[in-house]
Amino acid sequence: MASTEIMTVNMGPQHPSTHGVLRLVVELDGEVIQKITPHIGYLHRGVEKLSEHRTYHQVLPLTDRLDYLAPMSNNLGYVLAVEKLLGIEIPERAQTVRVILTELTRLKSHLVWIACHALDIGAMTVFIYAFREREKVMQLYEKISGARMTSSYFRVGGLSADVYDGFEKDVQEIIDTFPGHFDTYEGLLTKNTIWMQRTIGNGVISAEDAINYGITGPALRGSGVDWDLRRDNPYSGYEKYNFQVPVGKNCDTYDRYKVRLVEMREAVKIIKQALDSLKPGPVLADAPQVCYPPKEEVYNTIEGLIHHFKIASEGFPVPEGEVYQSVENPKGELGYYIVSDGGTKPYRMRIRPPSFVNLGAIEKMAKGAMIADLVAVIGTLDIVLGEIDR
Amino acid sequence: MTNMAENNRAVIGLKGKFASSLLEIKEFRGEVTVTVKKEDIIAICKYLKEELGYNMLTDVTAVDYYGKAPRFMLVYNLYSIPAKDRIRIKAPVDESDTSIASATCLWNSANFLEREVFDLFGINFTGHPDQRRILMADDWVGHPLRKDYPLQGPDREPYKGRLS
Amino acid sequence: MGVDQQPLGDNIITTSLDGLVNWARKSSIWPMTFGLACCAIEMMATGASHHDLDRFGIIFRASPRQSDCIIIAGTVTKKMLPVIKTVYEQMPEPKWVVAMGACACSGGIFDTYSVVQGIDEALPVDVYIPGCPPRPEALLFGLMKLQDKIMKERNSFGSSIGLGERLEPAA
Repeated sequence: MASTEIMTVNMGPQHPSTHGVLRLVVELDGEVIQKITPHIGYLHRGVEKLSEHRTYHQVLPLTDRLDYLAPMSNNLGYVLAVEKLLGIEIPERAQTVRVILTELTRLKSHLVWIACHALDIGAMTVFIYAFREREKVMQLYEKISGARMTSSYFRVGGLSADVYDGFEKDVQEIIDTFPGHFDTYEGLLTKNTIWMQRTIGNGVISAEDAINYGITGPALRGSGVDWDLRRDNPYSGYEKYNFQVPVGKNCDTYDRYKVRLVEMREAVKIIKQALDSLKPGPVLADAPQVCYPPKEEVYNTIEGLIHHFKIASEGFPVPEGEVYQSVENPKGELGYYIVSDGGTKPYRMRIRPPSFVNLGAIEKMAKGAMIADLVAVIGTLDIVLGEIDR
Repeated sequence: MTNMAENNRAVIGLKGKFASSLLEIKEFRGEVTVTVKKEDIIAICKYLKEELGYNMLTDVTAVDYYGKAPRFMLVYNLYSIPAKDRIRIKAPVDESDTSIASATCLWNSANFLEREVFDLFGINFTGHPDQRRILMADDWVGHPLRKDYPLQGPDREPYKGRLS
Repeated sequence: MGVDQQPLGDNIITTSLDGLVNWARKSSIWPMTFGLACCAIEMMATGASHHDLDRFGIIFRASPRQSDCIIIAGTVTKKMLPVIKTVYEQMPEPKWVVAMGACACSGGIFDTYSVVQGIDEALPVDVYIPGCPPRPEALLFGLMKLQDKIMKERNSFGSSIGLGERLEPAA
């Protein structure tokens, strides 16, 4: 028998299915993966350093650009962390709108995941369909915040403005139509032989290993760990909603796919419940030292103008202390650890990115697999490089 | 110290076993932070992981208190999936000896997280299997998240037209 | 055209070489699939069902050897810059560069130690598209501007086969 030689293959940072600028150096014995060395940092923009030089309000737009597939979830984690530092309560309506929008964000993010994951494995149709549906959510984003992707709609203390007239109708249309679309994806993939052969038994990681590697989110639930921050450490009033946390059994790519699909359906259920409980009311907390005054006041009174100017130029002081607030992002646990020295800028802001930690397990998941399966593993981890590199 | 920190199961356990290595116990906004001596960090983490069920290392990071001694503070965020609670362990590291034992022997997630702290703060983790820069290029000079590192990099005249 | 069309009949048209070459080039801009950050998602959205870049003859190619346009879609970091340069050098002539989004144009909000303050520090940019990220319509408009620019090129084909010099179009 001929002796085999280990071949080193470089994948990325310019590669269509690395979901951005991920670079993997793969050592191969024939087609079998022996070792994977991820190289990251090709999108390191220094967000953590930059936030130390911005006031608390100014940090918010930076958080949009972390996980750019789920901007509102990032905003939510950040504003919750600052609100925790300040110790302010936000009104009921703002919380409910936040829940609706973060769950829509979850749909949006999972739609990109299913589109790219399927495209990487070779199913082009799902990509076209999922982007069509995603456009609906983007249009709602645009109506509500003016931007399709980088919304910065939440504010410390509530929302930047109340929702527009007809918001309920638009959301209702999404929750009415989306479950049918999910059926379409399932029809295209769930019993598709190629899809099953590519994903069943691929990227297996046991529950114990997954916890040890710090994997969070759907990837952890796919390995059979019943843990969801929305249910177990509720924030923003998630304890009021009735939803299920899907859990996989076989710890493989196929189970993670099914977990995410159920998650999308559960997200629709949460939106429905939140929409039903949406009542009129204020959307900003009664905390004038933190929140911007209403626009009518700014334009018509000198006090309002001074108030606005002070917050915009100086920011607001935040009590000395440190907090860690995490939210269940579509990718996993997104945490913000903010250290305040009592000033108007964070002394240190640490972002705990779910994709970064999840990526650490790629070698465990893909070792011994064929090189073609590596693409499926990257897809199932659902990584976003903006968040990994920050 | 408030009631909540005293009643925390991790604090009770640590007081029983590691009373001499605890430096400070603090509670703020419902979060308990325990500062410990850096020599005992692995023993304490091992105890928390194996005896008290804090099975997930959520985060490892550092804070640079530039101008104070000790300068760096390592921050470990632990989570217990069975009990669904958190504990934050901090360990001071001085500028003269920026090394601390690596937690990779307990959690694999520490691998990437500690590499990042090494890259951005220049803290050495003894016993780390693969301590290389992770976000910055290999030939990068300096540790960007240190407070004495300029935001726009050392080789650029800072633009003074705005706040940053 | 300066030729009397009458004796040639309906099946033959006359045009200048520039007109023909530029028309062919502008109708088949094949950009690299080269996403860097947030803008790449909008670039994907532009290519997907709603906006459909294919109708402009724009088809994404995964290899630099097969493409003639590179859309710098996202933040360029100092670590990424050498890679971008390599990819750009691998592309055959003629080639065009589109800087998509504030980060690629100027560094955007990321005025930090690790970010290149605009891709024009390294590559010759043809079209700048502002926005953070630009809407798909903005990208479409930018690409149409690039098509206009290509149509204005003079003797770029002739100069490449040794016939005279390339002429700079009047502004």
